[in-house]
Amino acid sequence: MLLSRSLSLSVMTKQLYFNTIKQGLSTGVSGSGAIKRICIVGGGPAGFYAAQYILKHLSDCAVDLIEKLPVPFGLVRYGVAPDHPEVKNVINTFNKTAEHKDFNFYGNIALGKDISLEDLRKRYHAVLLTYGADQDRQLNIPNEDRTNVLSARKFVAWYNGLPGAQHLNPDLSGNTVAILGQGNVAVDAARMLLSSLDALRKTDTTEYALEALSRSKVQQVYLVGRRGPLQAAFTIKELREMLKLPNVQTLWRPDDFTDVPAQLANLPRPRKRLTELMLKSLSEQAGSSSAKNKRFLPIFLRAPKAIGENEVELTVTKLQNDMAVPTDQTEHLQTDLVLRSIGYKSTCVDGGICFDERSGRVHNENGRVLRDAVSKTVDPGIYVAGWLGTGPTGVILTTMNGAFTVAKTICDDILSNKLDTSTAKAGLDTKQLHRVVTWRHWQRIDEAETQAGKVLGKPREKFVDVEEMLKVAGL
Amino acid sequence: MAFAQNLVRCTINAAVVKSARSLSKNASNFSLLQRCINLKPITNQHCLRTFSVGTQLHQDVNVTFLRANGQKIQTKGKVGDTLLDVVVNNHIDLDGFGACEGTLTCSTCHLIFKTADFEKLPDKASDEELDMLDLAYELTETSRLGCQITLTKDMDGLVVSVPATINDARSA
Ligand SMILES: Cc1cc2nc3c(=O)[nH]c(=O)nc-3n(C[C@H](O)[C@H](O)[C@H](O)COP(=O)(O)OP(=O)(O)OC[C@H]3O[C@@H](n4cnc5c(N)ncnc54)[C@H](O)[C@@H]3O)c2cc1C
Ligand code: FES
Repeated sequence: MLLSRSLSLSVMTKQLYFNTIKQGLSTGVSGSGAIKRICIVGGGPAGFYAAQYILKHLSDCAVDLIEKLPVPFGLVRYGVAPDHPEVKNVINTFNKTAEHKDFNFYGNIALGKDISLEDLRKRYHAVLLTYGADQDRQLNIPNEDRTNVLSARKFVAWYNGLPGAQHLNPDLSGNTVAILGQGNVAVDAARMLLSSLDALRKTDTTEYALEALSRSKVQQVYLVGRRGPLQAAFTIKELREMLKLPNVQTLWRPDDFTDVPAQLANLPRPRKRLTELMLKSLSEQAGSSSAKNKRFLPIFLRAPKAIGENEVELTVTKLQNDMAVPTDQTEHLQTDLVLRSIGYKSTCVDGGICFDERSGRVHNENGRVLRDAVSKTVDPGIYVAGWLGTGPTGVILTTMNGAFTVAKTICDDILSNKLDTSTAKAGLDTKQLHRVVTWRHWQRIDEAETQAGKVLGKPREKFVDVEEMLKVAGL
Repeated sequence: MAFAQNLVRCTINAAVVKSARSLSKNASNFSLLQRCINLKPITNQHCLRTFSVGTQLHQDVNVTFLRANGQKIQTKGKVGDTLLDVVVNNHIDLDGFGACEGTLTCSTCHLIFKTADFEKLPDKASDEELDMLDLAYELTETSRLGCQITLTKDMDGLVVSVPATINDARSA
């Protein structure tokens, strides 16, 4: 059914899109001189939404999007949980952008490896960096590199089939997993561990992950947060979904909620509703069915202190101005596997980028990249959007709004001549690059994946090997 | 476009299925209708709204979208359309509106109602709609998600505000 709904709507979205593109072309302010060449680096939501905006609002422009992988869509493909296919409907809009005559997709080209920022500067009037965040933050506690500790980012990449992640081989032979962190990524990982296999088989979870999950012995998942229920990082939609999982009982620690009801009245609506849902679930847990064979166990006010062989040592914390401060009490949590889920982190992929190692993002002012952090002067023609500019927080909606705003800044800078576009620029010379994946090539990969999925009764079966993708593309 | 409209305008609830069967001369409409009958609660609710069969249901409903910069967009929908359908069918130019295509997973279709209109809306927001609304920018007490509001003939003349986003920053 979702299918029929999205089909009909995708037809409509197409109409909407073509119309807006048309309008954009006729109403866009037309400048004089050369074609304005813009290069976007990174094919996730930030890149595609920025391209959509620029193509609509800037006349006489050409937008090239380069992507490290042979396949587009970034975390929509490799982050968003396989059991949330509706979230991936944004791809229909990205597909329309890709079909725009002034847009080119060039996959299998990594900034900093296959091409430098210096080179892109010479070839384009403006470069927009949207290459996201593909590393994770560390806890920096003893024994974090033990084999029983995995990063949630890698676990997500593994079940979603990111090239390079297929050999993770998580050990799911134990009864208990402790996830350190309470964001939506942590909840996604918990849900993947606790969901019934039959439900997951209908999703695009990779076959090897389904096979490993079918042998999983995991019965309970802890979700450990430093702060209290009122600061919980997961959103209400994710929690409600968890509470509705068949066969999974959610058990809270009553002590964590002692001070909570008294504060309820003063909370803003979103926080209030989330807290009410937790309190409701807490009040029902005494009578809840123990026939459910799996358990989801959120724990608040505990900070990871060290990792042991079959345990995590936690510091008991207390709240001061909404921040968690350690006390001298500790607690030992027995667990077979630990998933660290305290956030993603961007990296500096090219020496020419003014990157803030401390915050893990590109130095910028409203999307304009700075030349250096000290003088705070803008580096003309270089922009940043998405997780690379804002840090790794926010849903697609947040990323979309941010990308539209930076795209508007680029258009404004060009139209006000802040950015000189009077001299012609060459754009990318794909002949100098090796095995470049065009949109047509990607469509071949897409078709082959969809076909392979059909056989298995799922939306797609992803290729996880870059070489295999390139072969299917005909490169 | 004709295709999309066919799909969008069918019946309002499952009880109408029987009459729809006789009314609907369009085989594809009918099979879609059938598929919509065995649905999970939220999607069910959603899909059922997308159907409108019968003459009365084709009635026009005037709707005005008000941008934060004051610009008014006057347009028309049909009884049984959602406000997302109205935006899409009339090609209303709102960047990013309806990103998840009405599947209650994005909140980009956030609209703000006048208190009186809000109180008259036939269906209260479901928990799932409120969950998504809670993520919206500029949430108000009279906010709803456009993809969850189905037009009735009583709504003729409705005025809804589009929250100030980049849409307005641009033209300001
Ligand atoms: C596990 C997880 C689940 C999520 N679930 C949801 C959800 O359900 N709903 C929701 O709304 N949001 C969700 N999000 C958030 C959403 O994915 C982000 O808001 C969004 O993807 C950020 O977009 P981006 O374009 O900044 O980065 P990305 O999506 O990361 O895109 C960056 C792109 O750049 C490419 N790249 C990297 N390095 C280079 C290079 N050197 N050269 C060229 N290209 C490069 C990458 O391959 C990638 O394609 C989730 C995030 C995660 C991590
Ligand atoms: S269109 Fe996504 S929630 Fe309405």
